[in-house]
Amino acid sequence: MSHWQRFRVWRGDSNKGDLVDYPAEVNEGEVVLDIIHRLQQTQAQDLAVRWNCKAGKCGSCSAEINGKPRLMCMTRMSTYRADEVITVTPLRTFPVIRDLVTDVSFNYTKAREIPSFAPPPDVEPGDYRMQQIDVERSQEFRKCIECFLCQNTCHVVRDHEENKTNFAGPRYLMRIAELDMHPLDVADRQVEAQDEHGLGYCNITKCCTEVCPEHIKITDNALIPMKERVVSRKYDPLVWLGSKIFKRAGG
Amino acid sequence: MTDVECHEYDVVVIGAGGAGLRAAIEARLQGKKTAIISKSLFGKAHTVMAEGGCAAAMGNVNSHDNWQVHYRDTMRGGKFLNNWRMAELHAKEAPDRVWELETYGALFDRTPDGRISQRNFGGHTYPRLAHVGDRTGLELIRTLQQKIVSLQQEDFRETGDYESRIRVFHECTITELLLEHPGTNTPQDTTRIAGAFGYFRDNGRFIRLDAPAIVLATGGIGKSYQVTSNSWEYTGDGHALALRAGATLINMEFLQFHPTGMVWPPSVKGILVTESVRGDGGVLRNSEGKRFMFDYIPDVFKEQYATSEDEGDRWYTDQENNRRPPELLPRDEVARAINAEVKAGRGSPHGGVFLDIASRRSPEEIQRKLPSMYHQFKELADVDITKEPMEVGPTCHYVMGGVEVDPDTGMSKLPGLFAAGECSGGMHGSNRLGGNSLSDLLVFGRRAGMGAAEYVDTLDTVGGLSSGAVSGASKNGVNKSGVNKSGPGKSGVGLRPVVSDADVQAAQARALLPFSSATDGGENPFVVHLELQKTMNDLVGIIRKADEIEQALKVLEDIAARTRNVTVEGHREFNPGWHLALDLRNMLLVSLCVARAALERQESRGGHTRADYPVMDSDWRHVLLVLSAQGEDNIDLVHLEQVPMRSELFDLFELDELKKYYTGEELGEHRTEVSGRGAGEKA
Repeated sequence: MSHWQRFRVWRGDSNKGDLVDYPAEVNEGEVVLDIIHRLQQTQAQDLAVRWNCKAGKCGSCSAEINGKPRLMCMTRMSTYRADEVITVTPLRTFPVIRDLVTDVSFNYTKAREIPSFAPPPDVEPGDYRMQQIDVERSQEFRKCIECFLCQNTCHVVRDHEENKTNFAGPRYLMRIAELDMHPLDVADRQVEAQDEHGLGYCNITKCCTEVCPEHIKITDNALIPMKERVVSRKYDPLVWLGSKIFKRAGG
Repeated sequence: MTDVECHEYDVVVIGAGGAGLRAAIEARLQGKKTAIISKSLFGKAHTVMAEGGCAAAMGNVNSHDNWQVHYRDTMRGGKFLNNWRMAELHAKEAPDRVWELETYGALFDRTPDGRISQRNFGGHTYPRLAHVGDRTGLELIRTLQQKIVSLQQEDFRETGDYESRIRVFHECTITELLLEHPGTNTPQDTTRIAGAFGYFRDNGRFIRLDAPAIVLATGGIGKSYQVTSNSWEYTGDGHALALRAGATLINMEFLQFHPTGMVWPPSVKGILVTESVRGDGGVLRNSEGKRFMFDYIPDVFKEQYATSEDEGDRWYTDQENNRRPPELLPRDEVARAINAEVKAGRGSPHGGVFLDIASRRSPEEIQRKLPSMYHQFKELADVDITKEPMEVGPTCHYVMGGVEVDPDTGMSKLPGLFAAGECSGGMHGSNRLGGNSLSDLLVFGRRAGMGAAEYVDTLDTVGGLSSGAVSGASKNGVNKSGVNKSGPGKSGVGLRPVVSDADVQAAQARALLPFSSATDGGENPFVVHLELQKTMNDLVGIIRKADEIEQALKVLEDIAARTRNVTVEGHREFNPGWHLALDLRNMLLVSLCVARAALERQESRGGHTRADYPVMDSDWRHVLLVLSAQGEDNIDLVHLEQVPMRSELFDLFELDELKKYYTGEELGEHRTEVSGRGAGEKA
């Protein structure tokens, strides 16, 4: 079973570009990425697209399909009507390199700004003991495949280039939460999340959670708890007073 | 000549999967200025696809487990063709490598007493795989990626530059290794590694890296096959680079067809269904509903596997008193059994068999233990695995063959060239056990990184040569980096190899060939690639025959001519057609190796099954087929005797078991050796 469907794919580079129409053959069970590959093989050899695993595990083939940020390999053609035009455009928040490929280095820069796991100094390798129930909270965030769809969709940076320096984005604020909830991490991360990485910019509209292909509850389980931890540290008058009188151990 | 971006490093690691990242971490920890070349974005490597876990005899779930048991399982799985020294190092060091990951921040699933939990897997006697649900590979790659970031943060604090000691070159492909030949600017009398040449995928700019040591960690070759669990990156780059540079490959006839790949819908055909489904209770059934694996237990495994469904089922809860179900036989056995059932007309509607966990475990348990499988089938095939069985069939998954290396250091025959992980050969023999790949890449990634660092040290510390003996490009590369603080070594910098500009120009011309052949009316690389894949799939696939392999070799000869003439449209900026045209050259060379070795080995063993030689033959066990390249696509094949196993390792096995694999002569020799021990062992 196959049919022909109209595809509109954004072609261009950092200077200029436009939507280009392609008629495409669509077979039963196919996903959007299959069609993009077919276009490459038959009509547009040099159509640039990133992809790797084709199974929703590597997070490479992120794009916007009919305006929605999605993984192309996990978007089945059967979710659209056969007469619907399928428009595929690159992620909007990052600069285009070519066609569907964008420069996502913003994310790698942010990753480097988040202080790494701080292991307990007196525990030898092999002696780590943690309970399953305690690791599960951080494990949820470690499911992240770094597709950057949350970074792309977050309105703090989506149309606000000026916020990019001060805001790590949902993926990396979640990374801070992950480390903060790690049972054996010894660093103090809460105040820095607010002051250095822009946690305060997030106004919990949950757009990141909506687009997450791994169904991680970014807002509810990472960002809101992190905000609560910051509030109780920064704005609780007793804690504030205490922090002025006693220097926090390890702070 | 167009612009070429130039860099100097102590160690260049090609490949940013588990083995590459672990090698890079080690080289950097040893004080070497290190580059990581990543064909994709950092953190996207094929390692993320590993699902089941990382095998390490920590004994957390069953305290009887230890390195000897793991060693025995690995040798059995590989049908005793493994490089025993690698299997030994692997079994001994895997636990330390896993524990080390926890200090980098990894969060494995836990036992009730808070240690790392371990799960059952095919061929492993005890629950042995450290895991995180069914996304262990992702945890591994992320952990190593984050460790590299943490090292960069350390370097930033010290030098003000994140990339002063370890840098990742994203979306960069190496097309050629650069050598220093004897007699050119050097008193050396051997050919050595001097650097690497490649291009950035995004803008097509060329890059040259001068480095005395290179670690290949490029993974496998699955993209030469039509049905594969491998991603587009698996084009055998490391295998081909090594060959063209003069190193050798071994065991290339052994390919692992994972028994359970998705078979439907067509667009996901080949995508992996983790072995954990079976480890956690899933069973295989044919169209008649029969658990057919009981009919396929080979003689060599008769004693270790259950003969009734009841016994197999009891094993999940009581492993002391029951034998394991045959669904957990090594992968080659299960893949062949599925193949046979489908051929006999007892397959599923889309040409596979049924993998059923729905009737065996509760929906909650399935979702907790196999979340990404649940997700994968729900989203890609519209199948709810808590309610219905999956359809699965064999898929090209892993190449046991690879660069022939020294077990301890990972160095190939070519000085300065190292290899680790899937692109190296020997560790897994004729068949790899599930879970032994993630542990392999940690153990040997680290060893290759260390081997490379030590090799660089020997170049830098051999004194007595005036640095004036060397001119040109690579002078003082290390000094500038400020990393190499091995004081006395400075005077020896002159011993570092030198890249020849002519080689760089030749590499550049070869890389641009697909654009220039446009005028000759060359072919579309996508078309040639599809034909290569079909040829390998149909003629050198899971079951092989001499006449079919010969036919494949003829077709490959034709494809070789066409590969040289493929033409690409457009420009060098992120041009997939061009990328494929260059990768195709590697896939072709590697396919030739697989076909040549498969034709030569006249027996069936592990990942090599010959319909015309269906039994395992002890006279072939001790023979390795060694491949080298003569020119662009000419392969040389020679036989090499395996080094006999060290006595105390040999004694870990019962004689009755060894008799199944070894010739009487070999066993006799061993007995003499045992009685004469003390008078000096054979290495």
